[in-house]
Amino acid sequence: MSVATATRQESLAATWSPQWIIQRFQRALLHVAVVGLTLVWIVPTVGLLVSSFRPAFRIITTGWWTAFSPPFDFTMQNYSDMLDQSNLGQALFNSFMVSIPSTVIPVTVAAFAAYAFAWMKFPLRDWIFLGFVGLLAVPLQLTFVPVLTFFVQHGIVPDNLTNLGLPPWVGLWLAHAGYGLPFSTYLLANFFRGLPSDLFESAEIDGAGTLTVFFRIILPLSVPALASLVIFQFLWVWNDLLVALIYVGGAPEVGPLTVNLAGLTNSLGQGFNLLTAAAFFSMIVPLIVFLSLQRYFVRGILAGSVKG
Amino acid sequence: MDFSVLLSDIPTLLAVIIGVPLVLVAYIVGGEFLIRRLPDKNRPQVRPWLWVGPALVLVTGFLLLPAIATVIQSFESNAGAFVGLQNYGNQLADFPSGGAWTAIRNNIIIWLIFYTLFVLAFGLVLAVLFDRVRYETVVKSLIFMPMAISSVALGVIWKFMYSYQPPGEPQTGTMNAVVTFFHHDPVAWLQDQWPNGWGVLNNLALVGAATWGITGFAMVILSAALKGIPGELLEAARVDGAGELTVFRRVIFPLMMPTIVVVGTTLVIFALKAFDVVYVMTNGNYGTDVLAFRMYNYLYLSHNYAAASAVAVILLVAVVPVLIFNLRQFRAVEARR
Repeated sequence: MSVATATRQESLAATWSPQWIIQRFQRALLHVAVVGLTLVWIVPTVGLLVSSFRPAFRIITTGWWTAFSPPFDFTMQNYSDMLDQSNLGQALFNSFMVSIPSTVIPVTVAAFAAYAFAWMKFPLRDWIFLGFVGLLAVPLQLTFVPVLTFFVQHGIVPDNLTNLGLPPWVGLWLAHAGYGLPFSTYLLANFFRGLPSDLFESAEIDGAGTLTVFFRIILPLSVPALASLVIFQFLWVWNDLLVALIYVGGAPEVGPLTVNLAGLTNSLGQGFNLLTAAAFFSMIVPLIVFLSLQRYFVRGILAGSVKG
Repeated sequence: MDFSVLLSDIPTLLAVIIGVPLVLVAYIVGGEFLIRRLPDKNRPQVRPWLWVGPALVLVTGFLLLPAIATVIQSFESNAGAFVGLQNYGNQLADFPSGGAWTAIRNNIIIWLIFYTLFVLAFGLVLAVLFDRVRYETVVKSLIFMPMAISSVALGVIWKFMYSYQPPGEPQTGTMNAVVTFFHHDPVAWLQDQWPNGWGVLNNLALVGAATWGITGFAMVILSAALKGIPGELLEAARVDGAGELTVFRRVIFPLMMPTIVVVGTTLVIFALKAFDVVYVMTNGNYGTDVLAFRMYNYLYLSHNYAAASAVAVILLVAVVPVLIFNLRQFRAVEARR
């Protein structure tokens, strides 16, 4: 329900009439539910945030809520220890270099494929599509050995790629693309399928080619789906540790932030107090991505595109 | 922290940001250009393969071929000799507690049902409720926040949430602080296999942590679908005198059904592949083993590829009913067009 509709409905009822009171009560109930649920949901995050400003020994011996009673023992030590590492800047850069192409490639390739699955006819189409969905279930751990063997045999390893003048992450990009494609294609194909067919028919009658339909009609109409997909793929890649470790290893020149932070917690032994600070540090970029893409989730993107 | 690297390497970053999409667009535009040179009758036969081609190649290389290798491996011993169903026999022996049965019980009964239901229900309720308030952006971002936390950090947070001290001691875990506040004895959430060793309680505790982490995902996709419902349609229903519940049941829910199926399917598969939370929080102890974790152990701890393959194939087989359901859905959508 849009805000405008809600206000209009409310104004229909006279002030203090029983109907008006019921509507007011329902609105209040809605706000209580929304705020209440959200507050419960953020308790673990708040606990983590508070813990990240507490000394390690207090985190283990007392609950995070006791921080708000004397002796108010807060510290920036966890953050400064984490930021003090020598190659955090390089790791952050590597994370961008890994995450951006590993998001762009699967989302674009999936959009191409989803267009074909949704609006073209070809032999075995439904079975191939089902195959894509089924491959969602392949545990990634199983694919590492065969894929890595192939990469090593064909020189798709960081050192060799750097010698060829290519970015050392090419193999990792392709791997992330392969792993992200089943979900991306599945989501987008279902979204494209749901677009009204009259749109394409009228465009084709007007003489639009396949490329025009795809770039001028399908993509602009799918902005909410594309935005959500970009967010998820980016998050998964940004937070991935395992796939990066397997395909590029932990060397500081190529390792992303997760590799760096995992090394930090291991080498210092106690770990988790730094992990609390590290968790917030590595959350910054994904949250910026989410917040900046959120405005594309708007209602009525299809409104008025098809008449009748 | 040294940011100079970031600045000096910005040209590389820009080259990649511009270069990668350029290659992809060049591929499709160039391909279409070539297809237009073809005789009229061949175009519809060639065109779909141009569009699905890159996806097919990537998925075949990274997922399909390894999956086929796994299926073959599951019928062989580690030495490579054909052993028929012996690997499966080892996994499925000693019902109900031996072999892979604990993992199967946890995956198929507890994770699959509760994780999927919890996440779908929360995601749908939150998406619909949030759609009606003006501060939607704020509350959505807060619910989404756990998605931005890496799985290791998530495990650590929830270990703290569930941490247990003996009765009488001050509790450090939020959950037990709440429980003891109501004068109940503290609960060992991750170890307590209530009832009677069936492991419902501790497995649900793990499901709860995973649900918290993934609900933002379901909420965002469902919310995008909700925004896709034309406002006029909802207004028309309201003008015709439909109450909010009726509007939800008769208009919103049916229109969102395809998206709910997509999210539900994905969640079922996530439930079957559940790994991170178990790995970080209980390491599969106290009857919380799951198939993906069992497979991981065979693969990287005992280097028993044959057993790992059999477990993976059991996992793949569990997805078949989901695929059949999806096939029916496409057919239904296709028929309506």
